[in-house]
Amino acid sequence: MIEAQGLTKNYGDRVAVDDLSFTVQPGIVTGFLGPNGSGKSTTMRLILELDRPTAGDVTVNGKHYRDHAAPLHEVGALLEARSLHTGRSAYHHLLALAQTHGIGRRRVDELIDLVGLHDVAKKRAGQFSLGMGQRLGIASALLGDPATVMLDEPVNGLDPEGIHWMRTLLRGLAAEGRTVFVSSHLMSEMALTADHLIVIGRGRKIADMSTRDFLSQASGNVVHVRTSQQGELEAQLVGPDVAVKALELELLEVRGLTARQIGEAAARNQIVLYELTPQQASLEEAFMNLTREDVEFKSLQPEGATA
Amino acid sequence: MTSLAGLERLPREPHTGRVTQARVALSEWTKLRSLRSTRWSLLAAIVLTIGFPLLFAAITSSHWGSMSPHERADRHPLDIALAGVNVSQLAIAVLGALVITGEYSTGMIRASFSAVPKRLPVLWAKTGVFALVTFLLMLPSVLIAFFGSQAILARHHILQISFSHPGVARSVIGGAVYVVLVGIFALGIGALIRNTAGGIATFAGIFFVIPPLMNILPSSWNDAISPYLPSEAGRQLFSLTQDAHSLSPLWGGLLFAGYCAVVLTFAAVLLVRRDT
Repeated sequence: MIEAQGLTKNYGDRVAVDDLSFTVQPGIVTGFLGPNGSGKSTTMRLILELDRPTAGDVTVNGKHYRDHAAPLHEVGALLEARSLHTGRSAYHHLLALAQTHGIGRRRVDELIDLVGLHDVAKKRAGQFSLGMGQRLGIASALLGDPATVMLDEPVNGLDPEGIHWMRTLLRGLAAEGRTVFVSSHLMSEMALTADHLIVIGRGRKIADMSTRDFLSQASGNVVHVRTSQQGELEAQLVGPDVAVKALELELLEVRGLTARQIGEAAARNQIVLYELTPQQASLEEAFMNLTREDVEFKSLQPEGATA
Repeated sequence: MTSLAGLERLPREPHTGRVTQARVALSEWTKLRSLRSTRWSLLAAIVLTIGFPLLFAAITSSHWGSMSPHERADRHPLDIALAGVNVSQLAIAVLGALVITGEYSTGMIRASFSAVPKRLPVLWAKTGVFALVTFLLMLPSVLIAFFGSQAILARHHILQISFSHPGVARSVIGGAVYVVLVGIFALGIGALIRNTAGGIATFAGIFFVIPPLMNILPSSWNDAISPYLPSEAGRQLFSLTQDAHSLSPLWGGLLFAGYCAVVLTFAAVLLVRRDT
């Protein structure tokens, strides 16, 4: 369990994280979503106390990270920035981390096998591809069999097989009752993996809800209706918050009513419907709508364009 | 694919798995021995510490006949035996700085501080392991340099000096201690500066640039300041004789160790405070 209370971090004049409060629950995968530069990595560094917060507080499993006697058993983290010595082999990297907690060599070997780095374990990590580096990062994160797993953009650089592997892994970890906190700037990836979403933009929290609620809220009651009695149905549906648009012959898009309301209205008036489908707005669309004002680095018009 | 099949759950007894200073030291030993830069720097230090004295001894021995009495009087067997220390200190200083700056430049420091978030055990372990390893390698090196150069100079009785002669054993062993302290000093500077080039440059400035600049000062000032510079104070550890303004080997060595302690203390304070 991760609990943040009014977490704030300034770097000089720049506000990286702005009064962020949230709780990450065990047993589910919580997605930490936001555009690049929105403060996700900073928040994770604050959780690990690699950086000090300007204000506010964050605890992991009830204590400050620094106060745990065996930190690697509490939190296993994969940070976005590479956190390994390029001149050291994967095996020695993991061994050195394991030794700080008295974790044995057998565990190191197990993890190397688990992430599929057996053949390259003795090679210097600097020669690793991005995907291999990510796998090594996952191995370091799981080394201490941690109660909380925190991964910053874990699918970066993974091939499709690796991405599938990562999803299975995250769900498996959550199913074992662990707290799983995963950041991403890709909404579609999170929709497939996360049960709960915390969305931030410019360091501020925008949304904190289950993935299902997020989707239904974002879709805003859009329903596709197929009927040959378009005019009659439209007349029955009109209202102050309802918009009806003909998409093609016999296909209407209705905004502002649920499928149930439309179905009942049609039945009352004996209008035949061939199709009645609630539409989920694409996740990317929902995410973009939500974070539009909060994207930090918008592409600017060239200087001369307005002159 | 079952994601965690075959992965053992670790036992959670209250006293297993916690971070201890000894465990961090073992971890730092693994880190130190698993890098090429360590092996090359240490090999260079050994070769330089032993090689230079043997080379100088051989040259001195073969040219002895053609040397003027003045030149001969200038040759001291202990200077020859410890000639390598002046050079190998650079290799050890670079390694000392790299031990910590290498972690900052690669990002390893984030992994290290995630495993040991109290941070200070990492600094102490790095310093301790590095000092121990360096000492265990430099001590035999200076002894080999001393006895080896003496063996090469065996024909020249005037260049023979006994290990039991007052100050000789202290100077030879002091050479190894000096190099270890130089390494610790550089490690502390590295921890302060957190950048390899910057750390080594700062070290070189303190050790090789500032001392000659003192000669520009009036000699009374120079005599009052120079003996207290880290390099001058430290060098008394392996100087057989001290001139009028120098500190004694004991006080010089203690002062140099004090400088190391001060640098490490500043490094420790900042290490805990700064963002990573």
